[in-house]
Amino acid sequence: MSSANAAHSVVEPSTASKRVAATLVILYAMITLVPLAWIFLTSIKSPPDSISYPPKLVFTPSLEGYCNLFTTRSRQTPEYIAALPPAEGVCDAVSRERNMVIVGPSNFLPRFANSLIIAFGSTFLAVLLGTLAAYGFSRFRVPLADDLLFFILSTRMMPPIAVAIPIYLMYRQLGLSDTAIGMMLLYTAVNVSLAVWLLKGFIDEIPREYEEAAMIDGYTRLQAFRKVVLPQATTGIAATAIFCLIFAWNEYAFAALLTSGSAQTAPPFIPTIIGEGGQDWPAVAAGTTIFLVPILVFTVLLRKQLLRGITFGAVRK
Amino acid sequence: MAEIRIDHLRKEFGDFVAVQDSTFTVGDGEFLALLGPSGCGKTTTLRMIAGLELPTGGTIRLGGEDVTFRRASERDIAFVFQLFALYPHMNVRRNIGFPLICQGVPKAEVKQRVEETARLLQIDHILDRSVSGLAGGDRQRVALGRAIVRRPKCFLMDEPLGTLDAEFRDVMVRELRELHNRIHATTVYVTHDQLEAMAMADKIAVMNHGVIEQFGTPQEIYDRPASMYVADFIGSPPMNFIRFTSGLEKGAARVRIGEAEVSVPEVHADVEPGELALGVRPEHIRFSDAAPLRGAIYGSEYLGTNQIVTVETGGGLVRARLPADRAYRVGEPVGLALKGERLSLFDCRSGRAIPSALYSGASHG
Repeated sequence: MSSANAAHSVVEPSTASKRVAATLVILYAMITLVPLAWIFLTSIKSPPDSISYPPKLVFTPSLEGYCNLFTTRSRQTPEYIAALPPAEGVCDAVSRERNMVIVGPSNFLPRFANSLIIAFGSTFLAVLLGTLAAYGFSRFRVPLADDLLFFILSTRMMPPIAVAIPIYLMYRQLGLSDTAIGMMLLYTAVNVSLAVWLLKGFIDEIPREYEEAAMIDGYTRLQAFRKVVLPQATTGIAATAIFCLIFAWNEYAFAALLTSGSAQTAPPFIPTIIGEGGQDWPAVAAGTTIFLVPILVFTVLLRKQLLRGITFGAVRK
Repeated sequence: MAEIRIDHLRKEFGDFVAVQDSTFTVGDGEFLALLGPSGCGKTTTLRMIAGLELPTGGTIRLGGEDVTFRRASERDIAFVFQLFALYPHMNVRRNIGFPLICQGVPKAEVKQRVEETARLLQIDHILDRSVSGLAGGDRQRVALGRAIVRRPKCFLMDEPLGTLDAEFRDVMVRELRELHNRIHATTVYVTHDQLEAMAMADKIAVMNHGVIEQFGTPQEIYDRPASMYVADFIGSPPMNFIRFTSGLEKGAARVRIGEAEVSVPEVHADVEPGELALGVRPEHIRFSDAAPLRGAIYGSEYLGTNQIVTVETGGGLVRARLPADRAYRVGEPVGLALKGERLSLFDCRSGRAIPSALYSGASHG
């Protein structure tokens, strides 16, 4: 499509306006980054430093938060600790200074794994269903297509928590409470509407001629979809996947309500860390910091697609 | 290669009838142009032959086989799209080879056939380029290459030169016709450009509102238009219509237009009195002081080797193609001598040509 719509004229912004824009962006970035920075700094403070007033900006970094995050400890008498063999590793040493002994791993890793499985699983399902549905709506004469699309969108109109009680009761009946598969289905259901709408926009922009050409070249519609449509929809699919992933990764309300044990995800788990042995803010902050990493990596890797996703496929080049 | 036989083909989209009742045959190795304005049903007809649309009624036969409801992928045809539809995520080589890979052709043969096709189209030097950076003409050639490489039963082309600029179009028209002469593939070519159709096609089907108005060779279409629509659509400037009210008897060889008597090819049917039109091509008019059909110069367009002179007559404005050796004054009275044996007569009520000696032996749409 190079020559056909090359006619749009682009006015180069002036240096002054670029500077103003850059200043505003940097200001905004600082405002949004300060809480993140504070969480990270807290995670490497010792517990006393974390609650000192006025807050400390200069302090001795400590791994205590991370140690506490990954372990459970029990309080012992100093005599008992003194009688122990020499400490193994940093965490052991740090615990003993607080008259504690590590007794085992904490639940953080399994909870974090739950988050990974549920978020990626539901994202995969939502994007898969969304792509197929969007392709169908985009290419076939679906009866009542507009009404169906509106219906799909309407599932987003209520705050999800408004349906929490019915879902809670339903899940109990179905035995889906506190199961990874239950959470995956729930997040898929919430995300699929977003996925259908986003992807329909992207697929609408892929000219039908490509598939028609492939079908005439001897491919079935499904093969044409796989070999011609999918490669061209990767940008849209990547953008949609990030949006779905961010939602599923961060979701708190349903996770807090429907999971408590084996399927609990990281968001409802992290606040519970604070109860184990006093106001352990560094451990909470350490949990939050680690929790941010996957989404950060994913977003940085796919930032180009994300940007295009925000413009909803308006620019296609 | 194969013959395409279309029988009573019909296509409705809801209440809209896109193609009414088309019946025609494209002979083996023939080049047919489907010509008409946008929305006339020519592209729909082509898409039905390709299998991209299913007809509401009628049959399509390819090489004797009924393929009316067969999938596009099972028809063994090639289609060149208006926007070429080159797969943007593949390079030129993979684009051309794509149909062969589907057929399970061995890799070495794919390579060999792709290169052979590329040489034929003179694009062998860009085989490993990405298609997104190609110029219009090269994209066109790649699209053609993808069609040719398969050696399909027939080629279908949907305005393949529509997006090229005028200068390049002439080059491609010549190349396409040369290519056709070389590989002799049954071809259906959709266009709204009469010059393209006239220059390339063995047969032309002129379509309007879903109906084939006339089907014939370019000469037949030009010299013996079956309807006023065809006469007006083909030719630049188009055929002149001098309107008059009269009845005609079978065997008549003269018509009276106002005061003037004009000789015409012998009429082969009786025509009820009513509004008729005499159709005359601009190049079949000469100025002659002795001619009984009178008019006054209205204006002229200078075209270099000749000029188009517009004359106001009692029957309306008439345009004549004349040698450019003389200038005419606006308002100057002239007599119009018409080439009698080349004139057409139309019944304005139906828009159809009135059968006459001119049409005997000619096929009608």
